[in-house]
Amino acid sequence: MLSQEFMRNALLAGTFVALACGVSGWFVVLRGQVFAGDALSHVAFPGALAAAAAGVDQRLGLVLATVIVGAGIGVLGRATLSGRDGGVALAADDTAIGIAFTFILGLGLFFLTRFGLSSGGASGIQAAHTLFGSIFGLGAGEARLAAAVALVVTVATVAISRPLLFASVTPEVAGARGVPTRLLGIGFLVLLGVVAAEATQAVGALLLLGLLAAPAAAAHRIARSPVVGIALAGAFALVSVWGGLVLAYAVPSLPPSSAVVAIAATIYYGSVLLV
Amino acid sequence: MSADPANPHLGWNVLRDVGELVEYHFMVNALLAGAIVAVMSAAVGWVMVLRRQTFAGHTLSMMAFPGASAATLAGLPVAWGYFAFCGAGALIIGRVGGSERRTWSEESASIGAFQAVALAAGFLFVSLYGGVLGDLDSLLFGDVLGISDGQVLVLASVAAASLAVLVMLARPLLFASVDPDVAGARGVPVRALSVVFLAVLGLAVAATSQITGPLLVFALLLMPAASAQTITARPIPSLALTLLFGVGVTWLGLGISYFSVYPAGFFIATISFAGYVLVRAGAALLGVRRARPADPMPVDGVIA
Amino acid sequence: MAATEHQRRSGPALELDGAAVRLGGRTVWSDVSMRVGPGEFVALLGANGSGKSTLLKVALGTLALSAGSASVLGRAPGEASRSIGYLPQRRAFDAGTRLRGRDIVRLGLDGDRWGLPVRAPWGRGAARGRAAAQRVEAAIAMVGADGYAERSIGECSGGEQQRLLIAQALVGRPELFLLDEPLDSLDLPNQAAVAALVAELCRSTGVAVLLVAHDVNPLLPYLDRVVYLARGRAVEGPVEQVITSETLTALYGLPVEVLKASDGRLVVVGQPEPPAHHHDRHDHSHAHVG
Repeated sequence: MLSQEFMRNALLAGTFVALACGVSGWFVVLRGQVFAGDALSHVAFPGALAAAAAGVDQRLGLVLATVIVGAGIGVLGRATLSGRDGGVALAADDTAIGIAFTFILGLGLFFLTRFGLSSGGASGIQAAHTLFGSIFGLGAGEARLAAAVALVVTVATVAISRPLLFASVTPEVAGARGVPTRLLGIGFLVLLGVVAAEATQAVGALLLLGLLAAPAAAAHRIARSPVVGIALAGAFALVSVWGGLVLAYAVPSLPPSSAVVAIAATIYYGSVLLV
Repeated sequence: MSADPANPHLGWNVLRDVGELVEYHFMVNALLAGAIVAVMSAAVGWVMVLRRQTFAGHTLSMMAFPGASAATLAGLPVAWGYFAFCGAGALIIGRVGGSERRTWSEESASIGAFQAVALAAGFLFVSLYGGVLGDLDSLLFGDVLGISDGQVLVLASVAAASLAVLVMLARPLLFASVDPDVAGARGVPVRALSVVFLAVLGLAVAATSQITGPLLVFALLLMPAASAQTITARPIPSLALTLLFGVGVTWLGLGISYFSVYPAGFFIATISFAGYVLVRAGAALLGVRRARPADPMPVDGVIA
Repeated sequence: MAATEHQRRSGPALELDGAAVRLGGRTVWSDVSMRVGPGEFVALLGANGSGKSTLLKVALGTLALSAGSASVLGRAPGEASRSIGYLPQRRAFDAGTRLRGRDIVRLGLDGDRWGLPVRAPWGRGAARGRAAAQRVEAAIAMVGADGYAERSIGECSGGEQQRLLIAQALVGRPELFLLDEPLDSLDLPNQAAVAALVAELCRSTGVAVLLVAHDVNPLLPYLDRVVYLARGRAVEGPVEQVITSETLTALYGLPVEVLKASDGRLVVVGQPEPPAHHHDRHDHSHAHVG
């Protein structure tokens, strides 16, 4: 199995993307920003396809779209753990989120069609790759780049983990202590945008939450200490990716992204039933 | 997905364009089905927004995709898959949801995980029968051109039944939606009504998916209602507005897509969105204050 | 954690001199002079909207003065943030927040430090880690939260959460402790308990305390001085000088009477309703005295 280059590439990229998703995902679930994460991955769809339709490297479109929207959400919104505030603000805006998602997907459809026209009907595959991942199709250079970016994001998230935790949990006190809570919030969403862009290559825009939310939610149910929680989230994501890739290799009719999500979901529902 | 054999041209003579449209049976079917779905969606969506169950709607639309692809895999009509999976999903949400008071982050993580599973399963089904190259687009974004007479009939029946249910239950449903505690104290069966509404929501999602595709269901289910409720909080006028918006957007979107290469779903979603933005901008400029309850209702659409 | 461990600063922990703040075109208060000396327990009183939270924000350095001067621990406000403990106005944690109370307290120690939170499990790093854990333990013991510090904070009651947040504020051994309406929405027995706890902490650690409150009565046994804000001005001094009919009448410019109940509690009568302007705080719907 490891003699096959596509498998090695997939494992390389998948490993670091999983780590990034696990670590960021732990904070995403803590801060109640799961749907912001979903929005970012959805945005990857038109971003990638707009780039493809314009003949530019898709990954550029991916990252630009997710980072800009991530910063935008950070600037416009607010998310804290202050019980009523964080929960209410988001739940009350479910209308806005739902509408934004739909518009974004509609835009994606537009660019998908454009791309299909300009490339003579290859839009089906393109849609599949962007929406559901193309991890077995990564070249060596692409895999290395994805792994490197994911690693940088993981390290960056860990580096800000303490102030981010402080700002997420008791924001007024953190602010009084000189933690730049607002900037941190925006910065975190930008990092999340990059994670979403990388993970889109692995599991696709529609399945990101399988790697971002499910392992982290399981970790939150099991561990209360932040250090253990973050480590567990990363471990669960890793197991999901490795397991999914091996399964998909063994059973060729199984799409790798579906396999990864299936394992992650099993872990999550397992944690719901057992904990 | 949309363009017509004879290379139609959208001119400025609206009557002539419309005349061209309705010459084709598939377009007539599309317009009929579109109108039926728009009306049903508008009404159900209006109640959904009132009950703040947008995420339940979102979850149900996620079930539509595996429903359609499972049906295709099994060689059955897509509509069967839509109705079956959305109906089952509604029952699951109705039974499981609300049993445990959970934090927003837990709930959203749970909804997110479920969404990913549903979509992953759908993609698996499509891959299994090798439909990735051909069908994926229409399974995700709808296929208005292939609507059969039978489909129109089924949609009409389902819509009629759902609307009848809503009309009969209108007063207790409104009461239970806006003030569940008081309604419960007055003997209104809040929980049963909740389950019934979720079933109707499931049907509406399944029906709308046949026009816009599962991914763009909110264009008809959410946006018209949200726009109308921005303009006025009074039930009858906002409901009427919702119906107007829904049908208008659908016909406009379908009509334009006939003359264009871009699919109907895109136009419906974009026109709907543009309408919503205009309404919000207008409301902000005119200083119309939206009546917002201080405490939103508990979010009911949760999968364990 | 005794007072002798610190450098006891000789100057005041907090001092305002002729200070004024303008917000949104309106002068919140002006010509305010007050001080909190080292180790003192001072209450900041006044009706809704009188600008008490505004004064705290000035002390924290998040709001600038439009006139006069302010110094916190001898420096400009905002510079000494690591030596200040802060308990913001009450809001409950999300019920499902699974972080332990202990973790929340720990954040008070090094939550603002950037960089990888890993420590070598040997040598100086390990020793620092153990010392930090001990300080967290000590802070938890100080507020009496040993019984529930290990539990998820979302499962703790409001009073327990507040004690853990007090521990978080004090674990870094600050020299000034600012509390924004901690007694608000507590029942009477709990008000008494928290007042006693803060007073005990003030005494044992030597921290200077400025506590914002509506009602002076739970604090009466412990206060060194009070600062009373009303009508854009302030009066400072011992309780028996400030909370009197004469002083308050002069402050409000209206007849205000202070009555003393038989058990020693003070009741203020005739205090005018606060003007209806905004402030970003939740509404206090309960009646208040003082």
